[in-house]
Amino acid sequence: MNSVVCISHVPDTESRIKVSGGKIDETGLKFIVSPYDEFALEEAIRLKEKSGGDVTVMTFGPERAQQGLREALARGATKAVHVKGDSSDADSLGIAKVLAAAIRSVPHDVVFLGKQGVGTDNGLVGPMLAELLGYPQVNVVTHLEIGDGKLTAHREIEGAEEVLQTATPAVVTAQKGLNEPRYASLKGIMAAKKIAIDVKSVTDLGLDESDIYKQRVVVVALEMPPEKSGGRKIDGADPAAAAREILKYIKDEVKAL
Amino acid sequence: MPGVLVVTEAKDGKLKKVSREALSIGSELAASAVSDMGGMVTDAASAEEAGRYGAKKVYVAALGPYDTETYTAAVVQVIREMQPAVVLFAGSSNGRDLAPRVAARLGVGVASDVDRLDWLDGKLRARRPVYSGRVFVTVEITGTPAIATTRPNAFPLQETSGGAPEVVNVTLESSESRVKLVDTKVPDAGELSIAEADIIVSGGRGLKEAANFSYIRDLAHAIGGAVGASRATVDAGWIDHQHQVGQTGRVVSPNLYIAAGISGAIQHLAGMSSSKHIVAINKDPEAPIFRVADLGVVGDLFQILPALTEEVKKAKAH
Repeated sequence: MNSVVCISHVPDTESRIKVSGGKIDETGLKFIVSPYDEFALEEAIRLKEKSGGDVTVMTFGPERAQQGLREALARGATKAVHVKGDSSDADSLGIAKVLAAAIRSVPHDVVFLGKQGVGTDNGLVGPMLAELLGYPQVNVVTHLEIGDGKLTAHREIEGAEEVLQTATPAVVTAQKGLNEPRYASLKGIMAAKKIAIDVKSVTDLGLDESDIYKQRVVVVALEMPPEKSGGRKIDGADPAAAAREILKYIKDEVKAL
Repeated sequence: MPGVLVVTEAKDGKLKKVSREALSIGSELAASAVSDMGGMVTDAASAEEAGRYGAKKVYVAALGPYDTETYTAAVVQVIREMQPAVVLFAGSSNGRDLAPRVAARLGVGVASDVDRLDWLDGKLRARRPVYSGRVFVTVEITGTPAIATTRPNAFPLQETSGGAPEVVNVTLESSESRVKLVDTKVPDAGELSIAEADIIVSGGRGLKEAANFSYIRDLAHAIGGAVGASRATVDAGWIDHQHQVGQTGRVVSPNLYIAAGISGAIQHLAGMSSSKHIVAINKDPEAPIFRVADLGVVGDLFQILPALTEEVKKAKAH
């Protein structure tokens, strides 16, 4: 069983995000593998441990994104593909086109991704990739079983979970709860250093850069929301009085009761 | 402009609220572009309701339960027939599954989870929160149709006084689905989902242990809200991930958010600070949650929550 895991390299969720010159200011930002991609990666590694095969981890991004690939190799991925390019200048469809082209030349039964890249939170690349590859998709997956050319997945929806079945190859996007991602071991980190990363450009994949970076979704403004200063604060030493005060607020200002 | 198409979703014979919200903003966009809005429904019973929210023409595709491939084929077929300039999907689980697949088939981009939409100089402008609300990005969609998914609770509902809509029955040209729905599990029967709730009551580490989520549930049931949770409580296994608000949970913007025993880590604040009204109860007066609260109560949640639950019950009884 071979799988491909597509990862994105995003600012740490604790980062103080700053905007400068109409772009996110990357100075001083720490980048991490997007948390949902970690669940995707863990699932692929477990699959390999159970039934063999390769886990090819793949990213489209600038030079620094290679750190994310190294991290994934250290955890147990067996191969890595880095398509170099300024992915922040491409929209989700552009990114999906790059990944689809790179995936076609790698043997695979399942393509894993996080349900969305943390930060930009579009949640578009998975389904777009499935469409471009012509595969079925199962998104926001919290439980997965794979074998004999088919997979059963639990998909999270509002207040419920669907149990879905489909044939492989398929695209699966991971939700928190799918598994508990492991940390890299020292042995893993050392072994990862020996694996050569396959570095390609967009044009190496036979793609036209003008289509990948085509301005389908153009950023016209980035702004920080006004800082909230906090409202009224009351002392809750008398619980009954505090409860009445909250109720009054809910009735008079929220108008919810 | 040849119009706006809103792809809707129904539950128990009624359009979901997030779909009615999408119709409401769709109708406004159509008006500002001097054109009409069409709606797409998947059961005939919802056609009239779509009309009430401004759809002049309603495409009825009698499809079964949601599946990506059948719905993609149907939506693409309606888009090819209507040739809209804008297509809106409700930002529900299904809308967010469907919109990107449709877009990839048509070769156009998507703005997802938007909280503001404008028609400006012949183009769709959409604003969306990124980095969990720490930055707002405004994008312009250049292709046709311009596709967006709407964030739940971001657009006010607006009925129109127009007459009954024209109904167009859609016969699906081809329908092939490789994904089979085997079962639907409802873990907390009767509990509201935080995704679309008007009121959320959330608990954090201040609850001290799993069993004490009963304080949160009691108030949520009394007030008619959903149960939310901080990441710490989910990671501790006190409550299911479905309830988690924040960066690796759900970003929510209900009308009222009540946070009890939640100190307010940056990832949590990012996930709820766009709520319209925020009440925080915490014993630590310095807790960061108070910075975003409209009403902060410094005190013991184990005493205040039961008292509030009683007050709410009394108020509802009147």
